[in-house]
Amino acid sequence: MYLAKIYVTHKPSILDPQGEAVKNALHRLNYTSIESISQGKFFEVNINADSKEAAIKVVESICKDLLVNQNMETYSYEVEEG
Amino acid sequence: MKFAVISFPGSNCDWDMYYAINDALGQEADMVRSDETNLDQYDGVLIPGGFSYGDYLRSGAIARFAPAMQAVKKMAEAGKPVLGVCNGFQILVEAGLLPGSLQNNTSMEFISDWAPLKVVNNQTMFTNGYAKDETITIPIAHGEGNYYCDDETLKQLQANHQIVFTYEDNPNGSRNNIAGVTNQAGNVLGMMPHPERAVESILGGTDGLTLFKSILNQVRS
Repeated sequence: MYLAKIYVTHKPSILDPQGEAVKNALHRLNYTSIESISQGKFFEVNINADSKEAAIKVVESICKDLLVNQNMETYSYEVEEG
Repeated sequence: MKFAVISFPGSNCDWDMYYAINDALGQEADMVRSDETNLDQYDGVLIPGGFSYGDYLRSGAIARFAPAMQAVKKMAEAGKPVLGVCNGFQILVEAGLLPGSLQNNTSMEFISDWAPLKVVNNQTMFTNGYAKDETITIPIAHGEGNYYCDDETLKQLQANHQIVFTYEDNPNGSRNNIAGVTNQAGNVLGMMPHPERAVESILGGTDGLTLFKSILNQVRS
């Protein structure tokens, strides 16, 4: 069994209004050192696979098929034996 | 003409669309569940607004896998009219039937209002009843109506006259004020504003009815 942690975020070129709203709220709370915030999505996926390579293949596939809209989002992931 | 209105779990503008066709337009529309696989008996298909599958993951991302969407793709390929409004627009872009994507309004607020639109292209099966550059007023109600596409896609949209409606006063941050686009063939239209909510004067306006009449004009001519 493998555990994949998948992070989906806006592409840098895409406006992230949620991140901006949170940043503005923190500035109002006087956290003036906050330069920028990006808000994204986090998925934990348990995958029954024979090898790490096979698990990674599944992760790539589900990202492209459903989890990520590649027009405006990008993704990264970690896969560990779980 | 006989239309199918596809009702997904979470659709909430499906009956508005149904009544717009059956009562205001005087044509026939059936309410069709999203697990229906055969739409062969219909001349056109309407994908209504709402919150299909709770908008989980992303608006429209899960609905595109509903069985009915395979039949919708088949109709699109056959050149039949396919109209997606609001969440219907989001579903059509997620399904790859229209370019681009819809993201959060720049204001981060849900907007419910009447929006003046410019009819940029009146040479489509959805807009032949309008005058070119006519300003019409149609209700909007969305939180994720901010249309985005990359530079190359925008150039293609402009070159092929696929931008059909633009906002006069961009309420949500959409690229180039885009409110509605067609596919390259011109038979699939996606738009965030709700024409089905502007089909009787008692609703506040009838500018939306012209869109549905345009589809009829096209078929009859």
